[in-house]
Amino acid sequence: MSKIGLMFDRIRWDEKSLIRAATKAGVDLNLVDSKTIYIDTSVNPEKIIAEYGEIVIQRCVSYFRGLHGTAILENSGIHVINNFNVSLTCGNKLYTTLALTKAGIPTPKTLVAFTEEGVYKALEKLGYPAVLKPVIGSWGRLIALVRDKDSAQAIVESREQMSNALLQIYYLQEYVKRPPRDIRTLVIGDEVVAASYRYSPEDEWRTNVARGGTSEPCPITNELENIVLKAAKAVGGGILAVDCMESPDGIMVHEINSTVEFRGLYSATKVDIPSKMIDYAVGVVKK
Amino acid sequence: MKQDKEEYTFQIKCPECDADIEVPDDVISGEIVSCPDCGMDYEAKIGADGKVVLEQAEIEGEDWGE
Repeated sequence: MSKIGLMFDRIRWDEKSLIRAATKAGVDLNLVDSKTIYIDTSVNPEKIIAEYGEIVIQRCVSYFRGLHGTAILENSGIHVINNFNVSLTCGNKLYTTLALTKAGIPTPKTLVAFTEEGVYKALEKLGYPAVLKPVIGSWGRLIALVRDKDSAQAIVESREQMSNALLQIYYLQEYVKRPPRDIRTLVIGDEVVAASYRYSPEDEWRTNVARGGTSEPCPITNELENIVLKAAKAVGGGILAVDCMESPDGIMVHEINSTVEFRGLYSATKVDIPSKMIDYAVGVVKK
Repeated sequence: MKQDKEEYTFQIKCPECDADIEVPDDVISGEIVSCPDCGMDYEAKIGADGKVVLEQAEIEGEDWGE
């Protein structure tokens, strides 16, 4: 059996369940704590493959840490799940939007501005309320529902004080009239393995489980399956969480996550997601 | 027979507030445990002697997430 690596920076419930699933499947899982290592980019790629494994499942919670680790491993010939381009596309909301739009997948109307002046013009075009998101970031952080020009001004001014240059890329979206829930789906390869509704907690419009959202099973209809599989393909495929909304015009994809947190989805659906992920990685080795 | 290993735990004192933190028997180096009293997150580290120590976990970064 080939060696499969798992690169991490935190062992959360998700990582622990992957480790258990690997043990159950008899897979030799090589745990790599990214916080304790360095990688020499000048050594023979074969050495890197021998050290990490032919396949590495990238599980770093830190996006940039994971992305840069993946870049080196992939360059050495290791098949990383997910690959570099998929991670890059899904780690940036704008790149995801561009990939979805290009593939003709319904997604919220998105405008991008680079200055305060541009933001106001964009908001006039979009109308209020609108949604302002950072291009990088998760768990609903710094996502704002902009109800009027005054709140837009307050948000832009505070963002301009932040030293992170990426926060000066203003990604603005129409506010989609959806029920107080969205749909989290998990795609592994060519299959939608599970789907759940995520309900916003009380006094909160965001549905992220990290923000206290709750999950319930969601039926995988043909419409949902078709859109989700197309969306996963549009960003390059692999193991992906495709998040959808029920808009008045049908299912829309608003986000795709590359380092999937599946605890909420697992507890809602009881689908053995970690075993399916390990089986997928084993299947990639065999190919 | 043990059905769910996580039911079996041992306790370590919280370095911050001295409360008892439950650590699962099958703890892995890198695993995060939280203090039920003060909420501090720790990363479990298993030393060469097999002893588990708690180190302060990394602070959440702005690029953290899925």
